Amino acid sequence: MRPAVLARLAWQESRTARRRLALYMSSIALGVAALVAIDSFAGNVTRSIREQSRSLLGGDLQVSSRAEFPAVVDTLLDSLAGAGVANASVTSFASMALAGGSGNTRLVQVRAVSDGYPFYGTIGTQPAGRWADAHGDAPLVFVDPSLLVSLDAQVGDSMRLGRQMFTIAGSLENVPGDAGITSVIGPRVFVSSRWLDAMGLLQAGSRAEYEAVLRLPPGNDGTRAGTALARALRRRIDPANPDRIAEDATRERAAGALGGGERLDDSVGVENTTAEGATIPPRVRVRTVADTERDFTEAVARLADFLSVIGLIALLLGGIGVASGVHAFVVSKIDTVAVLRCLGASSRQVLTLYVLQAGVMGLVGATAGTALGVAIQLALPGAVKDFLPLDVSPTLEWRAIGLGLAIGVWVALVFALRPLLALRRVSPLQALRRATDDNALPREWTDPARLIVDVLLIASIIGIAVARTGDWVEGLFVSVGITVAVLVLWGAASVLIKLARKSVRSTWPFALRQGIANLYRPANQTRAVTLALGFGAFLLSTVYLVQGNLLKRFEIADSAAAGNLLFFDVQDDQVDALDSLVRTAGPIVERTPIVTMRVSSVNGRRAQALMNDTTIDRPGWVLRREYRSSYRDSLSASEKLVQGEWTPDAAKRERRRGPNGPYEVSLESGVAADLMVTLGDTITWDVQGVRVPTVVTSIREVNWARFETNFFAIFAPEALEAAPQQFVLIANIPDQTVLARVQRDAIRRFPNVSSLDLSVIRSTIENITSRVTIAIRFLGVFCLAIGIPVLFSAVAATRRARLREGVLLRTLGASRALVQRVLFAEYAALGVLGAFTGMLLAFGGAWALMRWVFDDTFVPAWGAAGAIIAATVALTVGIGLLTSRDVHRETPMAVLRDA
Amino acid sequence: MLVARALSKDYASGEKPLTVLHDVSFEIARGAYVSIVGPSGSGKTTLLGLLAGLDTPTRGTILLDGADMGALDEDARAALRGEKVGFVFQSFQLIPTLTALENVQVPLELRGEVSTAEATKRAKALLDRVGLHGRSHHFPTQLSGGEQQRVALARAFVNAPAILFADEPTGNLDGATGARIVELIEELNRERGTTVVLVTHDSALAERTQRTIRLADGAVIEDISRVPSLV
Repeated sequence: MRPAVLARLAWQESRTARRRLALYMSSIALGVAALVAIDSFAGNVTRSIREQSRSLLGGDLQVSSRAEFPAVVDTLLDSLAGAGVANASVTSFASMALAGGSGNTRLVQVRAVSDGYPFYGTIGTQPAGRWADAHGDAPLVFVDPSLLVSLDAQVGDSMRLGRQMFTIAGSLENVPGDAGITSVIGPRVFVSSRWLDAMGLLQAGSRAEYEAVLRLPPGNDGTRAGTALARALRRRIDPANPDRIAEDATRERAAGALGGGERLDDSVGVENTTAEGATIPPRVRVRTVADTERDFTEAVARLADFLSVIGLIALLLGGIGVASGVHAFVVSKIDTVAVLRCLGASSRQVLTLYVLQAGVMGLVGATAGTALGVAIQLALPGAVKDFLPLDVSPTLEWRAIGLGLAIGVWVALVFALRPLLALRRVSPLQALRRATDDNALPREWTDPARLIVDVLLIASIIGIAVARTGDWVEGLFVSVGITVAVLVLWGAASVLIKLARKSVRSTWPFALRQGIANLYRPANQTRAVTLALGFGAFLLSTVYLVQGNLLKRFEIADSAAAGNLLFFDVQDDQVDALDSLVRTAGPIVERTPIVTMRVSSVNGRRAQALMNDTTIDRPGWVLRREYRSSYRDSLSASEKLVQGEWTPDAAKRERRRGPNGPYEVSLESGVAADLMVTLGDTITWDVQGVRVPTVVTSIREVNWARFETNFFAIFAPEALEAAPQQFVLIANIPDQTVLARVQRDAIRRFPNVSSLDLSVIRSTIENITSRVTIAIRFLGVFCLAIGIPVLFSAVAATRRARLREGVLLRTLGASRALVQRVLFAEYAALGVLGAFTGMLLAFGGAWALMRWVFDDTFVPAWGAAGAIIAATVALTVGIGLLTSRDVHRETPMAVLRDA
Repeated sequence: MLVARALSKDYASGEKPLTVLHDVSFEIARGAYVSIVGPSGSGKTTLLGLLAGLDTPTRGTILLDGADMGALDEDARAALRGEKVGFVFQSFQLIPTLTALENVQVPLELRGEVSTAEATKRAKALLDRVGLHGRSHHFPTQLSGGEQQRVALARAFVNAPAILFADEPTGNLDGATGARIVELIEELNRERGTTVVLVTHDSALAERTQRTIRLADGAVIEDISRVPSLV
């Protein structure tokens, strides 16, 4: 037969089945949609990063440090300015804002920027264009809209930062390089750097981030010149170790991008930094536009990889849906194929006829999926704009669309081929004497074509998984994970079939007996439905269980918190006065001294030498960071001693130490592990120029989520009592009005002291978790949505047999209600099995994710699990009864004649 | 035209094979009009399947126009069927998704020897010949049983087969419609010299054929030739 004629015959032959076949093939649509949406969005973001990378950085180059720049950097910047390289500074720190009108206070993130910043992009304000006045003689601030709400202030009102009064000149609409979500953590306040001294907030030891952005003179090739200048700068700043600067910066950003943040104590900005006397000089990072581009692109790629695993699973589940749907299609074509064979069609012609149909319908399904994916992609930038530091303009990504279409059609075809191959073996004899559907489709396990398709199928799964994850090991891991899940579900279904066979009793009501018997009768749908249902339930439950466990981490154990108002950055000479001020309103529950220090040496080896020792894989931060430590005699409620001994008795400690021995120090277990020290090891600390030798005498576990000060290192009091120190005060003032008054009074008298109340932290966390929850809910709904078309296909696979059986029952006198009950029993049993097996897998998966990926313990959420199981059973029964409604619609005669 | 030599067919049934045909031998000459009769379960349909090359015998040989069917694989037998064999079934077996005309065209298109235009022309002519002028664009479900069987006849003859196998061609039809179908078969047999082998329960129909082979329990118990009644 000529190909054109074959194609025409395929088209003609598909007439009545096109819609049904398209429905089966569209099982892959959601998977394709996910892949296209993820790839397109990643493409859009990557392109936007490329276009906006200078705005992201604010300049061609950025130099930054957590401490004031060492003299060498300032000199370098000055000499560069002479050569035409302009620079602008940004100093960021936390402080209290006091609204002049309402008298409300709020902890804010201050960005003091010099004229010229940003070199690329603009700071958008409301009213528009006010940024131009930022550096004038009038003291102006620009604030996040959320701050206006929480301070109950308006544009034009006055606002105090430190010792300086400002006018709120406008609200911030768009800041290049900042994601909107950052304002949730602390509202931003932009101010000209000329007011830095007047505010008086940056004293020695204040925690701040110092940045300088550089702009190359016009005419330079930005990227290459920037990279060359960055290299030169690194060499000049740290001649011994230029690469460390680059490498550390990259590592740190990678940790940030992965969601690793700082502890609560750091994020409220209590840490102080001094350059002087530090054993390792403060780290100065130099970033180029290319670095920014690379880091953002990598982070986007990682996120896309993660999401596309879900897309991949959706695609493969869709494949299973295609396979069971096409099986149903094949069964309905046995008669036609038998006739075609009688009329002289070869098995190749028959196969081509139906592969053509499946291919076209697969293309239809994949196209529908692609269209859906594009629609999602267009909606995504709006949904996630708060999380992105740049504007993403959605454009069609033809590569993603082409790839999605190709993968979709391929997966649909490979999965369709398996059942289609059976058509080659339909005997023409079936036209004379029709066997049962199963017998008419002989399957031989050794059929080479079938083996080839099986190999193709497995290779496709692994191939796509490897291509998506971009890593052989990960790809194989994902493939094996999916295979294990399929095997578990398949095994569970087989066990159910055996159980059903054994357990049916003649004493059971007729409907129950028939329904359960349908689970093991020939042409049963037990395996296919369990697989579809179980996988959907598995994915959905895993997402929900992990979400529940992750969100638990953010819960503050406030019931146990003794206080609700925290003051920090309290200087030595302010603490007593503040103490008595606060006591007029309520009790002070904690007064903790804080001493800043760095590690000087560990077990006699200098920190710098340990850093340079590449043979030990020790995280650099533990040696480099500035520690904010405290001293006390007793353990706090949030600490638990896990090793060693805590000696509360000063006299006993003194005796043990001897005249010149090291002081006792207790380390938090995590930092001890990262420092690679254990009981008896010695650490010498550099406490603002003074060396303090210590010996590790205990290791503590700390619950960081409590509203208390906690520390990596706690010293015996005699070690630090004489050192320069700051204080943290925690008070308990339940009345919110009184609390607000105390905050206001405190900031008026002590402008440098910051305060934070528990309700602000709680609302911040709720704000963040609710956004995360929405994202996760969307994922969950998507996972469930994947299961539905697959379930439809699986149920459709045996619809014919069910229909014939139901009509036969009705012919023999069964009522509609009875037939309904038979179907109900069968689908309820399938639903329960699928849901429970899926849930079992989900508990395993969620446990493994919590244990290995999130490094936490898994707490099962029984309520959510129960709800998901109930919903899954309801869905199965619903879909089952829906697809079987023809039993009631058709007259018995019609179906019998058809049979 | 058709030679059956010592045909036996066993089916696996439990532990012991079930023999449904024993040692059946006969020859059918070109242009003959032969019926195969016997009670239910006597092996009629099995024999028809073997003769038409739809199945292979466990033992024995079938030569269709000189070709040894047992020596051919399924696809080669399919090609031979396409070229030399026409079928008429009790339940018509039209392809439900194709129109009457398209159904008739299929055998021509499968062989791919004539152009589509030529195939359409021949199919139309045959549909006219069986009296279905004007019904060619109807789907099988839109046709009565008699009309469907006439489409099946047109399809069976469109390739100008050397031999036509008919399995209870009137089994699903009322007496008058069945008679009209038989007349058509006989007319085409005469006009085109096509060998016709039909399996039937209907003794009246068997009486009309030139020769009747009677089966019982899988063996030939009678083989009667009679003077053609309608010649």
